[in-house]
Amino acid sequence: MGESTGRADPESDPQTQQLDPSQWRSDFPILAKKIHEQPLVYLDNAATTQKPRQVLAAMDELYETKYANVHRGIHVLSEESTDLFEAARNTVCRLIGNVAREEVIFTRGTTEAINLVARSWGDQNVVEGDEILLTEMEHHANIVPWQQLAARKGASIRWLPITDDGHLALDDLDALLSSRTKLMAVTAVSNVLGTINPIEQIVACAHAANVPVLVDAAQSVPHAKIDVTRWDADFVAFGGHKMLGPTGIGVLYGKRSLLESMPPFNGGGGMIRRVRKEGFEPADLPDKFEAGTPPFVEAVGLAAAIDYLHKVGLSSIADYEHQLAARAIETLSAIDGVHIFGPPAADRAGIVSFQIEGVHAHDVAQILDRFGIAVRAGHHCAMPLHLRLGLTATARASFYFYNTLEEVEALARAIEETQKVFRKNSRSAKKVRQK
Amino acid sequence: MSSSEEEIYQEHVLDHYEDPYHRGRLDQPTHHHKDDNPLCGDVVELDLAIDSDGKIAQAYFDGEGCCISQAAASMLIEKIDGGHVDAVKDFTAKDMLELFGPKLTPNRQKCCLLSWRVLQSAIYAPCDGDREGKSPAEKPRSSQESL
Repeated sequence: MGESTGRADPESDPQTQQLDPSQWRSDFPILAKKIHEQPLVYLDNAATTQKPRQVLAAMDELYETKYANVHRGIHVLSEESTDLFEAARNTVCRLIGNVAREEVIFTRGTTEAINLVARSWGDQNVVEGDEILLTEMEHHANIVPWQQLAARKGASIRWLPITDDGHLALDDLDALLSSRTKLMAVTAVSNVLGTINPIEQIVACAHAANVPVLVDAAQSVPHAKIDVTRWDADFVAFGGHKMLGPTGIGVLYGKRSLLESMPPFNGGGGMIRRVRKEGFEPADLPDKFEAGTPPFVEAVGLAAAIDYLHKVGLSSIADYEHQLAARAIETLSAIDGVHIFGPPAADRAGIVSFQIEGVHAHDVAQILDRFGIAVRAGHHCAMPLHLRLGLTATARASFYFYNTLEEVEALARAIEETQKVFRKNSRSAKKVRQK
Repeated sequence: MSSSEEEIYQEHVLDHYEDPYHRGRLDQPTHHHKDDNPLCGDVVELDLAIDSDGKIAQAYFDGEGCCISQAAASMLIEKIDGGHVDAVKDFTAKDMLELFGPKLTPNRQKCCLLSWRVLQSAIYAPCDGDREGKSPAEKPRSSQESL
């Protein structure tokens, strides 16, 4: 069980070539939808991505023809479900750099993967006076579990600052890595600024100080070819729904030596070898961390999403989204009164956060919605970053490979329309209000 | 833009946003309260001068945030300025949404109701001489909000 058959070449991505979104858009039924009688322009992909028919079909097929609980039954359906579930695990293993199946734990999402490490590894290893090093650009999912851990243990959180242009201040890293630092947790790509962080370099610095590193790869794995072994990261967390997959499925990669040393997280069925009245003996990896009936249909959906992404080509996706972001930065920054946050296009993924002078981000999103354009407004689950930038809220356009350059232009035109709504002198003469 | 959907950013709303009624602070308020909407960062604070008969002699607001939150605050202050606290107590959330006018989705209703919430607290929050943030009725913020 679980042995991978026909181990695919990790380089099986087609050669990087210019991506044509029209080749893929028809696989996504929702992209044909009209919003307020306008064609949907979906630019909220950093929050979650839309699903191609292939992903939905893979899950339907399992439910309709092969569905029974995994790892339990001796009957045919249970074996078929189990085979598909373990094949999905192998697909994930290949995606992130041909890691071993013992190193890939299915979770309910990125957040649960990080919480697993904080509760299991953290409770076992962090003591009073220790430090956990985070960065100012983390998502709340990579902040709050560590704050909870620090509170349980009497440890403290330290912060690697960002520079004004939205990079990590790597010059400060060595000084922040002390003998008390127990773990560093860092995002591979900022979900607000789009900054692509040099994870290999960061991990090397941390390891030189004997500090293990957890990488939040929620905004990275869906958009580029990554290899966790090249990163040499100790833990890597990402989720399915930001990469064409269903909700309720995520992945924790951990180095085997670490996962072996850690106590189980959730207790229950599936994660035990045997149970007696006196106690229990945990199962081997990866089952040790997968208590209860796992989200195996969702795992199969995730595998179908990964197959689809290979078909499109992850290197092509990264290149193409870079072009979309570069065009967005160019077009939007040419509009008077629009401010863009984050590094230059060369250093970022397909995420562009901006503000329109004199217009609150929620009003921006509300008016863009009237044009069928879906963007995110608010703090994007990164309140410390917004405080650092001196902002309460930004609007964020985030791209995926099915977005088009025309949609970037539509965004720019709608931003100009938004400005008109709020620009005093472009409206009709003001009436004097009667009290 | 769809014509079937009611326009939120009507002239009347934008007027209040860009040219608000009584935006500012009072030197000697008798009542004061401030709160925010952590989701979007909208902030509204109110200064009231309530006389011994319960009449709101002066009402001012300050704050920052989206068009809806700030325009709603301006409309509300205009409505209650010179009125009686009993009228404020009787003024429901539904009344507030009607005063604002354009129909709002539940998320944007929170923006509209921020100043109404602040007002309902402010009338029970007499100032203790010390103007800033010391009023006894200033509610402790929930743990979620203090993030």
